[in-house]
Amino acid sequence: MKILVCVKQVPDTNEVRIDPVKGTLIREGVPSILNPDDANALEAALRIKDKDPGTTVAVISMGPPQASYMLRECLAMGADEAYLLSDREFGGADTCATSTTLAAGIRKVGDVDLVFAGRQAIDGDTAQVGPQLAQRLGLPVVTYVQDIRLEDGKAVVQRQMEDGYEVVEVKTPCLLTAVKELNEPRYMTVFRIVDTANQEIVVWNHEDVGLDPQECGLSASPTQVFRSFTPEPKGKGEMLSGTVTEMAAALVGRFREKHLI
Amino acid sequence: MKFTEQHELIRKLARDFAEKELTNDVLDTMEETHVFPQEIRRKMAKAGFFGIKIPRELGGAGADNLSYVIVMEEIAKKSASASIYVSNPNSLSGGPLLLSGTEAQIGKYLKPIITGEKIMAFCMTEPGAGSDAGSMATTAVEDGDSYVLNGRKSFITMAPIADIAVIYAKTAPEKKSRGISAFIVELDSPGVSRGKPEEKMGLVGFPIGDIILENVRVPKENLLGELNRGFSNAMKTLEVGRMGVAAQSVGVAQAALDESIKYAKERKQFGKRIADFQAISFTLADMAAKVEAARGLVYETARLKDEGKSITKAASIAKYFASEMCNEVCAKALQIHGGYGYIKDYKIERFYRDCRVFTIYEGTSQVQQMIIAGQLLK
Amino acid sequence: MAVRVIKEKCAGCTKCVRNCPFDAISMEGRLAVIGQACTECGACVDVCPFGAIEKTAEEKKTADISAYSGVWVFAEQRENRIMPVVLELLGEGRKLADEIGTELCAVLCGDHVEKLAEELAAYGADKVYLADHKELSVYRTDAYTKVIGEAIEKYKPEIVLLGATHIGRDLGPCLAVNCGTGLTADCTGLEIDPEDGKLKQTRPAFGGNLMATIICPDHRPQMSTVRPGVMQKAERDDSRKAEVVKLDVHFEDGDIRTKVLDIVKKTGEMVSLTDAEVIVSGGMGLGNADGFQLLKKLADRLGGTIASSRAAVDAGWIDHSYQVGQTGTTVKPKIYFACGISGAIQHLAGMQNSDYIVAINKNESAPIFEVADYGIVGDLYQVIPAILEELDKSAG
Repeated sequence: MKILVCVKQVPDTNEVRIDPVKGTLIREGVPSILNPDDANALEAALRIKDKDPGTTVAVISMGPPQASYMLRECLAMGADEAYLLSDREFGGADTCATSTTLAAGIRKVGDVDLVFAGRQAIDGDTAQVGPQLAQRLGLPVVTYVQDIRLEDGKAVVQRQMEDGYEVVEVKTPCLLTAVKELNEPRYMTVFRIVDTANQEIVVWNHEDVGLDPQECGLSASPTQVFRSFTPEPKGKGEMLSGTVTEMAAALVGRFREKHLI
Repeated sequence: MKFTEQHELIRKLARDFAEKELTNDVLDTMEETHVFPQEIRRKMAKAGFFGIKIPRELGGAGADNLSYVIVMEEIAKKSASASIYVSNPNSLSGGPLLLSGTEAQIGKYLKPIITGEKIMAFCMTEPGAGSDAGSMATTAVEDGDSYVLNGRKSFITMAPIADIAVIYAKTAPEKKSRGISAFIVELDSPGVSRGKPEEKMGLVGFPIGDIILENVRVPKENLLGELNRGFSNAMKTLEVGRMGVAAQSVGVAQAALDESIKYAKERKQFGKRIADFQAISFTLADMAAKVEAARGLVYETARLKDEGKSITKAASIAKYFASEMCNEVCAKALQIHGGYGYIKDYKIERFYRDCRVFTIYEGTSQVQQMIIAGQLLK
Repeated sequence: MAVRVIKEKCAGCTKCVRNCPFDAISMEGRLAVIGQACTECGACVDVCPFGAIEKTAEEKKTADISAYSGVWVFAEQRENRIMPVVLELLGEGRKLADEIGTELCAVLCGDHVEKLAEELAAYGADKVYLADHKELSVYRTDAYTKVIGEAIEKYKPEIVLLGATHIGRDLGPCLAVNCGTGLTADCTGLEIDPEDGKLKQTRPAFGGNLMATIICPDHRPQMSTVRPGVMQKAERDDSRKAEVVKLDVHFEDGDIRTKVLDIVKKTGEMVSLTDAEVIVSGGMGLGNADGFQLLKKLADRLGGTIASSRAAVDAGWIDHSYQVGQTGTTVKPKIYFACGISGAIQHLAGMQNSDYIVAINKNESAPIFEVADYGIVGDLYQVIPAILEELDKSAG
C-alpha cells in the first residue's frame, strides 16, 4: 500500500506578537513548524504502516527550499519518501493554484492508495486545499476525520461535526483530512534523525510535474489579496480598583445600570 | 558554532519532548510524590535518548556527543531531574561498559539500558571516599571462578531503583588507585542490600542511596575491563559525565534567565516594569553573557570528544565554569523575582535547589580545579 | 510576482524582512529580494520607509463575467432544519444584492424540504432553488457538489455565500474547483466595491494576527464561506414569498462515493456559544479542569454558558467545542468574562466583538486588559465568588 501525506511548513502563529506601538507583526524569532493538523495526518499514515509494514508513506509539500527541513522532520518521524514542489513559479498561489500544483506532484509520485492532508494550515486556516486536491485527483474526500478504520476497498471514518460526528464509509482510494482529535503525533527519534540525515529529498519544479507557468502560482490564482492590515485593538477600558468585594460590587453595579443583568 | 540539520532536528525533538511531556502538572506531581513517571522514561527510550551517542551496532542511535549535550540542555531546561534519566544510560552507566565491556557484556547489559528495560548504577563514592576516590574501602577478593565483594557505596544515583550496577572495588589494596577494578553486579544477587533513599534538597524525582555488599559473589566474566585498571575506566567515564553536568547547568541557567526576563517584563514596581530599572536589566545582561560563555565551553568539549581528542581539561573547565555559573545565575534570578522567587508557585525556587548540587556531584568544583591545574602544570 | 522591489529605491534597511509575516523576503547584499513564499499580502509595502516596494495588479485576460448575476446563499439544513448561519447569510446577502441591484436566492438541498423554502422566503430570499431528492437528505460531498455545481453552471450567480460550518467548508472548496473559480474562507466582512461592483472579502489570516481583504476579479461566481456568528441575522417577515425553482436532480451509479452510516450527537448539553448572551470563559489561569465548575456557577447564574481559551483545550481541561478564538468559535455575546485568560492574539480574534468584555487576571500586564471594558486584577477564585455574592445580595 502507498500512502501520500500532504504537509506544509508554517510559521508558528501562536508565537506571533503585534508590536503594540507600531501595530505591525513581530516576525522575528517565530519558528517555522510542521503544520499541526498535518502532523496528525502523517501520524495516521504511520499508524497504518505500523500495522502493515509493507506500506510506504511518502510526504509531499509545496514551498520554498527551506521547507526541506520540515520534510526531514517527517522522515525522522517515520516517513519513507519526501517530495518538495519548489519553484518561483509556484509563488503567490491561492488554494486553487496550490491544489493544482500538489495534484500534479501526486500524479507524478504515482499510484497511491490513500491521500492524507491536515484539515487546515494555521497560517491561512482555509481548509480548502484538501477537498480541492481531491476534486482535481478525482478522489472521494472526507474532511474533518477524527477516526479511521480501513477495510477491504473502503475506509470507515468518523467525520467530526460541530455537535458530534458522522460515521462515513468511503471507497478507497480516497483523500482524508485529519483533525487534532484523530491521534497524538509521534516524536521523531534520534535513530531516525541519524538514519535519514543523508536521505534525498526529491525537489520538483513546474516542468518536472508537467505544468505550464500559467497553471501555477499567482497566474493560476482566481483570488488575490487586495490589501492586508493588522486588526485594531479596542480602546482601553476601565480598570476597577479596591478590594475584591468592592471590585465585584462595582462590576455588578455597572451592568445593572446598563440593564444587562 | 555551526550546527548541521541533524543537530537542529535533535534539538527540536528534545525541546518538543520536554514541552509536551514535562508539563508543570507532571513536574509539580513529581515534587510531591518524589516519583518520576515510568511512562515518560519509556517514551524517552523510544525517542532514542538513552543511547544517543552509543554506536548503532551496539544498539544505540549512533549520533554524536554534540547531539547528547543538546538533548541534555533542552531536557534540563524543563527539569534537571528528568535530564539525569537521560544522562545516566549515556554516561555514568553506559560509559564504563562502552569503554571496557566485552561483546558479551555489552550484549547482555548495555542493550537493556538503551531500551530502558533496565536501570544501571555507577558505584564509586563511599561514605569515607568522596573526592578522594582512590581511598575506597570496598574490596573484591578472588575465590575460584568468582570474586567476593564487600563494602558500602553511598550517594549512588538510581540505587533504590537500579537493576544492575558497575561497582568499583579494590583488588590490590596496596596499590591504591592502581589497584581498583570494575565489576558488573546484578543487584538481585545474594548479599546485596540497599539503604533507604536519601532525602535531598533538590533534584526531587531521581533517587539516590546506598548499596551495601556483603560477601557478594560475582562471576569472573563480570569483571569489567582489565584487572586493576578500573580507576582509569572510572575517570574516563566521569569526563563524559562532567560534560553532561555542564550541559545540564546551561539548560537550568537558561531556563532561570528566560523566567527572569519574562518576570521582569511583567512585574511593575514604582510605576514601571522592573525591567526598566538598570539594576535589573544589567543583571539580566550579565546572566545572559555567562550562560552563553558556558554554552560555548560545553559545545566545544563535545566537539573535541567527537573529534576523538582528550577532553580531560576541557570537560573539567566546562563543568567547573558552567555549574558555578548556574548557581550564580539562579541566585540572581531568584533575587529578580523577589519574594515570589522564594515560593514554590514560581519555577525559580526549584531551579535554585536543583542546581546546588551541580558544583558537587561528578567531581566538586575543587576537584575540577585540581584536574585543570594538574593539566596546566604537568 | 506582483509585489516587487524597486531596486533603485531600496536602501537595504531590512525592515521589510523583519515585518514579512511569511518570511518571504531575504537580503542579497544591500537589496531586499522577494522569494516564493510571498503571498502578496502587501505588509512590506506599508512598512518600507523608502517606498521601494510596490504592488501591481497583474494584467489578465478577463473572462466574460457579465453573464453572471444574483447573490446565492447555500441554505444548509440538517435534519430538515435551516442552520442559524443561513439566516445570517440571508441578512448579509440582502445587503449585497441591494447594493449591486440584483436578486437574492437561496439554494436548498434535502429530502422533503419544500416547506423550508417558505422559511427562506420569510427571511428575504427572492428565489429558492430547490433540489429535493432522497439522496440529498444528509449532506454528502459528492451529491451536493454535483447538484449545486450544475445549478451554478446553469444559472450563473455572481456571488455564492456558504456558512463556514463543517459542511460549508467541505462543500465550498469542491464547488469552487468544479466551477473553476476562487473561494475565500471564513470571511468576517463582505462589501461591494462602489467603483467596480466587485465583492471585497475580508478574513482573518495568520492566526488572526493579520486581516486580509481578498478579491476574485476575473472569475465567477465570487465565492465565500462566512464565519457563523459574525453577520447580522435577517428579520423574519412571513408575508414575503419567493419563487421556487426546482432543480433537476439525477444521480448515476458511482456518482456518490460515500455513505453516511450513522450520525452520533455528543451527549450532554449542546454548547451554543454563538447564541449565548453571556459567556464565562476560562484559560490557563484556572490551574486545572475543576476550575470550570466555578465558571459554570457564574454562567448559570447569568443564564449564559462557559467557554475556554485554546490553551485550556490543549491542556485537556475542556472539550474543543467550547473553544473561542481563531481556531474555535467566534462569539459576540453581550457580556464576555475572560477568567485567567492572558489574551493571546488568537483568542482575541474570537471574542473582541463582544459588547462588553470583563477581564479577570492575576497579571496586571496581561494583554487581555487591552481589550477589556472592565478589568479586575485579582485571583479569579476570589473574584468570581465575590461577584456571585454581589449578584445574590443585590437580587435579594
